[in-house]
Amino acid sequence: MTPAQYWHCFVGIQFREWLRFWQQRTRFASALVRPLLWLVVFAAGFRAVLGISIIPPYQTYITYETYIAPGLCGMIILFNSMQGALSMVYDRELGSMRVLLMSPLPRPFLLISKLLAMGVVSVGQVYVFLLLALLVDVEPPLWGYLAVLPALILTSLMLGAMGLLIAMWIKQLENFAGVMNFVIFPMFFMSSALYPLWKMNEASPWLYWVCQFNPFTHAIEAIRFSLYLEWNPLAWGVIAGVTLVLVILATAGFRPQRTKILSSKPA
Amino acid sequence: MTIEARNISFRYGNKPVLKEVGFTLTSGGFHALLGPNGAGKSTLFGLLTRLLALQQGDILLAGQSLKKQPADAMRQIGVVFQQNALDLDLSVRQNLMYHGALHGLSRKEARIRGDQELQRFGLLDRAGDAVRELNGGHRRRVEIARALLHHPSLLLLDEPTAGLDVASRRALNDHVRTLCEEDGLTVLWATHLIEEVRPQDRVLILHQGQLLADDKGLEICSADGTESLAETFESLTGGAS
Repeated sequence: MTPAQYWHCFVGIQFREWLRFWQQRTRFASALVRPLLWLVVFAAGFRAVLGISIIPPYQTYITYETYIAPGLCGMIILFNSMQGALSMVYDRELGSMRVLLMSPLPRPFLLISKLLAMGVVSVGQVYVFLLLALLVDVEPPLWGYLAVLPALILTSLMLGAMGLLIAMWIKQLENFAGVMNFVIFPMFFMSSALYPLWKMNEASPWLYWVCQFNPFTHAIEAIRFSLYLEWNPLAWGVIAGVTLVLVILATAGFRPQRTKILSSKPA
Repeated sequence: MTIEARNISFRYGNKPVLKEVGFTLTSGGFHALLGPNGAGKSTLFGLLTRLLALQQGDILLAGQSLKKQPADAMRQIGVVFQQNALDLDLSVRQNLMYHGALHGLSRKEARIRGDQELQRFGLLDRAGDAVRELNGGHRRRVEIARALLHHPSLLLLDEPTAGLDVASRRALNDHVRTLCEEDGLTVLWATHLIEEVRPQDRVLILHQGQLLADDKGLEICSADGTESLAETFESLTGGAS
């Protein structure tokens, strides 16, 4: 296969994802309701409870809305990635996965292209969310919107690969409720999305370390620092390493017979 | 293109599903893979399409091993799955173009080829319609048009008439036979419906993971001393369906 054929395939997969996004734009718009509720309602209530001191990357005192906005960007990607991975393995995307896997191109290439395509749609949603966040005075520097793009894409690839691994290998989590209770909520709450980790350290040192070992924490910090044009080598190092490992495991270990792609019940 | 399956065995856990299955499909022929539900047809299709990894044996397409040269082999295969594999929300043309891209075709080339196939299937006027608006028979035709878009030599159809009414089933079956004659396409048509098989077809009968017969329908009947394929099938499989 030539590089041009790889390119046509990659573009075709991205294009299809955007077509589906456009067809189902109301569903995607409704997916923004959740983070917006957190930003507008939850943050308003918690602003008074939780005082945020000056911590990097912020140069001054910030509102709680400003603090949780990067975490909510991560939340959008987290929900989408898990939902997308489940649909690849169990439901809505099974037909498209069958067609995808009939391509003569290498399977890891196809799966990474697919995960990236789903991720790019999530990133589009994050940008819409950030635009709406301007209404509650979450105003990162203008260049921050561009600087955050690599962090968002890497986060979506990391979480997409994680979702695919979970959906394929943990049969008990084949429905979204299970994934929400055992993956999404623990990852979200045991991270720096809603509270800075020094606060967590004051409350419970062992929970602090759990949060530190949660790659989602580092994804959020990479998003937060990039959005404010600051460099966070630890966060980037962790998410780059974790993404690499998860992508290799998810694509090399992909087994259609562990999914419903072949048929609902092969015989 | 000749397809050779050599000594294929497959098991799910401890349960054997295919037991030393071997056959050769001749170039340009219509081959029926007949077997009751649970015979192992879908597993065999899974192996032929690389959705399942070969555990034992090999499959050769024009001498190329599916194990060793999967990309070359996959370029030669068009597949119509038992379950719908079309994106219902996208248009017919968008579905075809997606498939074209997956086979490395440019958008322009995929569009041209897609329209050619749709023209041949009498569906060009529906190209812009969402698949959801098509009836079951037309959807199946679109799936076959899509499977042929990258010009494969082997067309695999796994119970393609499932869920269709009698008239649509017959029309689809006739249509694939025409493709076979006109394009020299090698076809493997899996079914559990005897009426889709003709006496002159090469018939492979699979039952409980074993290949019980592999010959022309007429020959199988005469060897079994029965008058119809239905009787032969019943006597070989013990009336399973």
